[in-house]
Amino acid sequence: MRVSYKWLKEYVDIPVSPEELAEKMTMTGVAVENIEYPGRGLDKIVTGRIESISPHPDADKLVFCRINIGSEVLQVVTGAPNVREGQIILLALVGATLPGGKITKAKLRGVESFGMLCSAQEMGLDPKNFPPDQQEGILEFAADTPLGVDARELLGLDDVVLELELTPNRADCLSMVGVAREVSAVLGTKVKMPEIKVGETSEVIDGQVTVTINNPELCGRYVGRLIRNVKIEPSPVWMQHRLQAAGIRPISNIVDVTNYVLMELGQPLHAFDYDKLRDHAIIVRKAKPGEKIYSLDDVERELSTEMLVIADPARPVAIAGVMGGLDTEITGETTSVLIESAYFNPASIHRTSKTLALQSESSMRFAKGIDPNGCLLAANRACQLIQEMGAGENVKGAVDNFPVPRDNAVIRLRPERTALIIGIEVPASQIREIMIKLGFGVKEDGEGFLVEVPTRRGDISAEIDLIEEVARLFGYNNIPTTLPEGASSEGRKTIAQTVTDEVIDVMTRCGLTEIITLSFMNPRVLDILNLPADNPLREVVTVENPLSEEQRILRMTMLHGIFDIMSRNTARKNKDLAFFEVGRIFTPVEGEKLPKETLTLAAGVMGRTKSGWQTGAAEMDFYYLKGVLETLMDTLNITRYNIAPETANPTFHPGRTAGIELAGNVVGVIGEVHPNVTDNYRLSEKVLALQVNLEELISAVGGARKYSQLPKYPAIERDIAIVVSKDVLSADVNRIIRKNAGQLLESISLFDLYEGEQIKEGYKSMAFALKFQAPDRTLTDEEVNTIHEKIQKALQDSLGAELRA
Amino acid sequence: MRQKLESIRNDALKEISVASDLSQVNDIRVKFLGKKGELTNVLRGMGALSADERPVIGQLANEVRESIEREIEQKMSVLREAEKLAQLSRETIDVTLPGRPFQIGKRHPLTVVLDEIKEIFLGLGFEIAETPEVEVDYYNFEALNFPADHPARDMQDSFYISPGVLLRTHTSGTQPRVMEKRAPYIPLKVIGPGRVYRRDDDATHSPMFHQIEGFIIDKNISFSDLKGTLLVVVRQMFGEDRQIRLRPSFFPFTEPSAEVDVSCIMCNGAGCRVCSNTGWLEILGAGMIHPNVLKMSGYDPEEVTGFAFGLGVERVAMLKYGIDDLRLLFDNDKRFLAQF
Ligand SMILES: [Zn+2]
Repeated sequence: MRVSYKWLKEYVDIPVSPEELAEKMTMTGVAVENIEYPGRGLDKIVTGRIESISPHPDADKLVFCRINIGSEVLQVVTGAPNVREGQIILLALVGATLPGGKITKAKLRGVESFGMLCSAQEMGLDPKNFPPDQQEGILEFAADTPLGVDARELLGLDDVVLELELTPNRADCLSMVGVAREVSAVLGTKVKMPEIKVGETSEVIDGQVTVTINNPELCGRYVGRLIRNVKIEPSPVWMQHRLQAAGIRPISNIVDVTNYVLMELGQPLHAFDYDKLRDHAIIVRKAKPGEKIYSLDDVERELSTEMLVIADPARPVAIAGVMGGLDTEITGETTSVLIESAYFNPASIHRTSKTLALQSESSMRFAKGIDPNGCLLAANRACQLIQEMGAGENVKGAVDNFPVPRDNAVIRLRPERTALIIGIEVPASQIREIMIKLGFGVKEDGEGFLVEVPTRRGDISAEIDLIEEVARLFGYNNIPTTLPEGASSEGRKTIAQTVTDEVIDVMTRCGLTEIITLSFMNPRVLDILNLPADNPLREVVTVENPLSEEQRILRMTMLHGIFDIMSRNTARKNKDLAFFEVGRIFTPVEGEKLPKETLTLAAGVMGRTKSGWQTGAAEMDFYYLKGVLETLMDTLNITRYNIAPETANPTFHPGRTAGIELAGNVVGVIGEVHPNVTDNYRLSEKVLALQVNLEELISAVGGARKYSQLPKYPAIERDIAIVVSKDVLSADVNRIIRKNAGQLLESISLFDLYEGEQIKEGYKSMAFALKFQAPDRTLTDEEVNTIHEKIQKALQDSLGAELRA
Repeated sequence: MRQKLESIRNDALKEISVASDLSQVNDIRVKFLGKKGELTNVLRGMGALSADERPVIGQLANEVRESIEREIEQKMSVLREAEKLAQLSRETIDVTLPGRPFQIGKRHPLTVVLDEIKEIFLGLGFEIAETPEVEVDYYNFEALNFPADHPARDMQDSFYISPGVLLRTHTSGTQPRVMEKRAPYIPLKVIGPGRVYRRDDDATHSPMFHQIEGFIIDKNISFSDLKGTLLVVVRQMFGEDRQIRLRPSFFPFTEPSAEVDVSCIMCNGAGCRVCSNTGWLEILGAGMIHPNVLKMSGYDPEEVTGFAFGLGVERVAMLKYGIDDLRLLFDNDKRFLAQF
């Protein structure tokens, strides 16, 4: 809402500067977002008359004019195409500073020039605020315009415009009078309502217009007034200036008056060409199936049966509260006008305007709720203005169909409740004073106040709404600062929250950096991740109204985020990437409204580890990432998990991928990403990735750790080296060793793995260090040798292992 | 013979005094004291001495030997000390060479800020609640006193999954979700952090961002308690000398409602580019929980009251780190992430 300070002062005394007013309003709830000074910088621009035009001797496109600005006659060279002798124009004098630069005395092709003729644009004004014929080229004014008049005065720019940022509840401030009332409440000064007196002819409205409301629940009131002998012409300059300040383009007197009253009183009006209304009958009804209308913007619109229309017996003539119809539009030929001033159901208008994607100053106000008790007043005000400016003659009386009257609300306001909510006791006298300043009626009884709230404040319907009024006008900054006193409570994280934080911690300690990616994906990602048509991951949650195809589905895997960020980094020549993300994935659940959201960890590495001058970089391969996983499991004290080959995950390399199993369930995957997938992401190096269901990990987290005694007796170490087929899994060797070693085996560790020269094709050499220890005695060599031999034999028997010296 | 012994001593001491390393000293030992050394040679001639002379010469020979040995010991210790110093000096390294690099990852700046904020509220006795990102209309709007078909809903343009199901537009749904489960328990002190979604995508808006909702329900909770709590939080977050300012505002689920500004962390209120010369930065919305919201979720608004607030995590992160472009936060450039 744009508020002209000059215009506002007609309705309320403002003993403070616009800046101070803005500050005070902002701090009491009607925020002034911006203060505009439309005339700023427009000094040294005055009206002048073009006395003569002569061709420029040396330039075809230039002419020189002699311009009379009252005090003197100046020579100006111009290239403006639409100059005529006798024209009244605006001349920027030498020294004026326009957005395009300072005007200086210039010589154009040898001819001296003392100024510049101005168009709206050159003055930094929005051409859209000017009548159509003034939007292009230099501005032109009536022949009787005095010479030497300052442009700011002429254009009504000697003003300040406050731009209000209104919250949806303050629809009452969508008018000058509404803002004036707010200003009066804030400053404590008096509101001066415009005096409304309608001059009427002797012709009466009875029998000239019929109004039928079929749906009173959608149209609570309909007022009509008839105006005869209408002469369509431009509205007076003062009205045009006010509309321009409000951001509305002047069109013609009748339309301008409806807009003026809209801005002044907040009541949207519509003007019909009376003679084009069949039978001069108005029917307010819902649209019929398939019904269409050409709206004022010349678009044919299909209406739904939910929408309210204004119709004559033949057809809809307006989409109620949203936009008029083209058929009954005011034109230059219009001679009789029917002014509509109605109250429509806010929700209905909001729905219709949303469905049709049509928002206007009117629909916006109806949707937020206007004052049904203001309809007649607004229609009268319009008639008054039309008559005063000689644009038409008012037929006596109005049609006023008011099936759903609304009374002022009477609300109880308890001072002690007010004190409880605000936190400070506001004296009853001050509460009363605030209510009165707001224009509310106040009565006092034993239990507090009974406040009568006028219908223009539709946002106030309960005690809490009144308490808010007290609080904001008392001043939030006058309310003290205290801390809650009640029982204390303990703040702590849940186990899941603690574990999640720990996961992030472990990942960073392992050298991976956290990323946060959007939860959206392009459905194409399903193909990019190599998922076949029958893959269950293709069951996705789809967004109905995404901003783009890129954001059509919700992620059902976190791997895309990792790969996508790797890809973006690679494109910027960032190498050696190690990322992880913790977030939710979404899977639809049959028969459920809401999808399942699963807290998930994903990680990816690519390239090499950090290297220094001493230590070389190591390739971040499968075992690097597996090390990260093992560290994570160890930190979370999860011991019973299993890593088993996984050959069928389409996103991963079939021979370099494993499932992460907890209690027999696969809860994640770790492996080298399938080359097709890395190609799809334009990643030229191997990528290792993992994804694991964090909720499963959280529920598997081991209990508190218990210390176990340090060994008292020395350990005996033995190495064992075998050659086995390449297919034999390290885990299988481990299992056989453990099974045969019994209780005395303290630990196994693989310390060498070798394939190649000296080992036959298809085989590998593995060397393990075994550590034996007993808690209660020193082991003898003989004991250990016996076990060792048993292990060797078992490896030979079950794996065909060949022992190496 | 006495003469000979004296000359051996003199020769030996002279040689020792000029010896410059341990091996030379060793050679001197062999030369004078070894089995075939000079002293031994001289002593072989003892047999030719008279019985009177023998003990005298013997004693002298011992003295000579001892003095040479003492001298050798002394010399060797001096030389060893010198050698050690030389050794240490040879071992000098370039301490200005860079250290061995450890690969340590970083938390995302939004996580860092979220963690900080969570810690502040845990310290104030709040618990942390997590609620769905895909939400039903009821918890996102209706239970928060947003009427159907009301322009208030337009303030938050939503992504819909199906009729009545949407991506939550704020974390405020934490209020009804938690209240419903816990009513009529008091005191209830909860924060609800998480991702939220709105149909906006430009230089200053991301279709996904993070909020933290917080609320308290107890007996006698007032607007002044809200002010006090927020002041504590803001000071922990941005420093002890911060001020806050509350401006009346509107949210359907709180009344009275406020926008909360903090005195600019860049200019301390003097006015700068970051605060658009106002001296204040808008950082959160807050208010007293609307009685309708309490009622719908099982609390009696005549018995208890509460306050609620919502904080934009991106906004805080950008202010804290001086990040001037929101998109950097979701761009995840390695060089950006390495800075936190
Ligand atoms: Zn500042």
